[in-house]
Amino acid sequence: MKTFPKGGVHPSENKLSCAGAIEVLPLPDAVTIPLAQHIGAPAVAKVAKGDKVLVGQLIAEAGSFMSANIHAPISGTVTAVDMQPNGQGVRQMMISIQREGDEWIEGIDRSETLVKECTLTPEEIIAKIKDAGIVGMGGATFPTHVKLSVPPGKKAEALIINGVECEPYLTSDHRTMLEHGEELVVGVTILMKAIGVKNAFIGIENNKPDAIAHLKKIVKEYEGIEVVPLKVKYPQGGEKQLIAAVIGREVPPPPALPIDVGAVVCNASTTYAVYQAVQKNKPLVERVVTITGKGLASPKNLLTRMGTPVRTLIETAGGLPEDEVKAINGGPMMGRAMIELVSPVTKGCSGITILNGRDAQRREASQCIKCAKCVSACPMGLEPYYLSKMTQKKNWETLEAQMITSCIECGCCQSTCPAYLPLLDWIRLGKQSVMGIIRQRAAAAAPKK
Amino acid sequence: MEVLLYTILTLCVLGVLSAVILYFVARKFRVEEDPRIDEVEKMLPGANCGGCGFAGCRGMADALVKNDDISALFCPVGGGDCMKAIASYLGKAAAEKEPQTATVRCGGTCAKRPRTNEYNGARSCAVAASLYAGETGCTFGCLGFGDCVTVCAFDAIRINPETGLAEIDAEKCTACGACVKACPKGIIELRKKWPKDRAVYVSCVSKDKGAAVMKACKAGCIGCGKCEKACAFGAITVENNLAYIDPQKCKLCRKCVNECPTGAIKLVNMEPLPKEPKAPAKPAEKPAEKPAEKPVAEVAAPKTPEASAAKSE
Repeated sequence: MKTFPKGGVHPSENKLSCAGAIEVLPLPDAVTIPLAQHIGAPAVAKVAKGDKVLVGQLIAEAGSFMSANIHAPISGTVTAVDMQPNGQGVRQMMISIQREGDEWIEGIDRSETLVKECTLTPEEIIAKIKDAGIVGMGGATFPTHVKLSVPPGKKAEALIINGVECEPYLTSDHRTMLEHGEELVVGVTILMKAIGVKNAFIGIENNKPDAIAHLKKIVKEYEGIEVVPLKVKYPQGGEKQLIAAVIGREVPPPPALPIDVGAVVCNASTTYAVYQAVQKNKPLVERVVTITGKGLASPKNLLTRMGTPVRTLIETAGGLPEDEVKAINGGPMMGRAMIELVSPVTKGCSGITILNGRDAQRREASQCIKCAKCVSACPMGLEPYYLSKMTQKKNWETLEAQMITSCIECGCCQSTCPAYLPLLDWIRLGKQSVMGIIRQRAAAAAPKK
Repeated sequence: MEVLLYTILTLCVLGVLSAVILYFVARKFRVEEDPRIDEVEKMLPGANCGGCGFAGCRGMADALVKNDDISALFCPVGGGDCMKAIASYLGKAAAEKEPQTATVRCGGTCAKRPRTNEYNGARSCAVAASLYAGETGCTFGCLGFGDCVTVCAFDAIRINPETGLAEIDAEKCTACGACVKACPKGIIELRKKWPKDRAVYVSCVSKDKGAAVMKACKAGCIGCGKCEKACAFGAITVENNLAYIDPQKCKLCRKCVNECPTGAIKLVNMEPLPKEPKAPAKPAEKPAEKPAEKPVAEVAAPKTPEASAAKSE
């Protein structure tokens, strides 16, 4: 069975909510929507305090090409456009809406009927995806229309759909594939048309045999789409790892992108959102969020409107456990711990993981014994112990030469370290600093404009 | 025996030959260096702290000797006396700078700024600041993991375990500025050093509105502007809900200290002004008087620190 060649770990899967069908979360009374919930420039607010909005109405417009539109997830009155804390307590520009009923703008098809035919041209498809504000929903939140706009001189050869969901605990993609398989495959055909490729692969790890069987049955009717079962290994859902696993090509180090090896990768939930946007005119106003954790009474998969406070989801799943708790936006490997539970669900939030008791605390760090377990675990072939040490010494030149910018922040090194060193904490800081230096250098090299 | 003799002889001859060659090579390729550089380097403190902007004292000495105009160069560690001595040795005009000292502008002690979550990532302010807002409700305050302590070459900063804040030993501080650069929150400032290490400064950098500050910390500046009105020298400005005392204009008159409702204005090595002239009209500790400014009025209610999200990391 296929998998990626270098590194990787196998954390306990803990897919507690994989058998639970997607439930619809009751509409929240109020939502807050950050203007920066995607990679690139923040969106620009189009509404002001006191405005009435309907579900699906554009409330913030993409700030540049590398940005995404944002739509109202509930109908009601805008109560504020101001700075509010995000999950990490850092203040961000957000639009707050108080709900009144549930009225949608016209032109959105909310029926369940499957629309297979798509007569639009590739440009029209990409324009529709851009209008709907779709971004990568696996967590990276890269604007999808940017990904689909193949730069001149480059050619897409294969579309890869990411149904791997290698992150422990999370099951939102899994449930989407099971319950919206038909729509998802139509979404695949739309994406194939948009980038002009004949082949598409849906990569799924073989810990989801039901999803593999279900999609295999559906794709029989379609030409050029293949379901590829993959051996379970984290971080297979990483874009570069998935390309290596499915079509066996290695993406060169940054600034190269997957398109340089002819691949376009799209997450399964994103593909379903693309189907809804193109065939049903439905912008990205809701998504499936897994709310999970061993301390929760009932882990669930909830169809949640964007901007719903995380606290609401936790209460629906049975409330926070009594003891020490760590709430994570995302899964335990790549997610970010939160301190503000009033913070909203965003486009990239595939799950909320609640760790409690012993899991909530990191173990006490001791000394590096140079066992190089982190080196064998790194899927990018880096030397995490060295990068972490050099970051502490602020040796930016060495870090750049050691390709710290290739780090995908998957956390394999940290999870495998027998000394429990906070390797990724340091590497992330080093990566940020080095990227800043590279940007400064680029800005200094091109001052003519 | 013979073998030993020849070996020793050969080596001796080789050594002498090499010495002669090296002597001539050294003469031929000698780098002419101003001997004054060595002298100036000796006069510098030799801390190699980088406070002057050069990698070490040698670089500074080199620049001092080679540049005609040395008014832009200053050794914060040696201070004015050291610069004067060097300038008179070189026959140039030295930069005049008044002595400075680093000041930690955060008064959010453990007691006044309760923790709302627990951080257990890498023990570094830079890492913590890149991850999230911090262990308390205040997103501007001292994180207390001691990045400034690590970079200080003079052992002048320590983290006080009781307050959780960085503290500066004014006697040891040379104002090299390493800590200013290291602090990711921009809390440390180089301020004018008064005789006897006296100081008056706003010990807060929070740009939050008054209500938010009061919710997170009982020692924060709420931007009420009372100090601005009290200052007779125009040294205090309130911008973005934060007061700032200009060290150049401040005359240490201490009037602002009694006005501050939260005690955010800190007085060091000085007695506060006696309160009797205004005491009956204005008790300085209690802010909720009738003519209080807006932020103060908002503040009165939510004094309970951080009910929400108290549990997560």
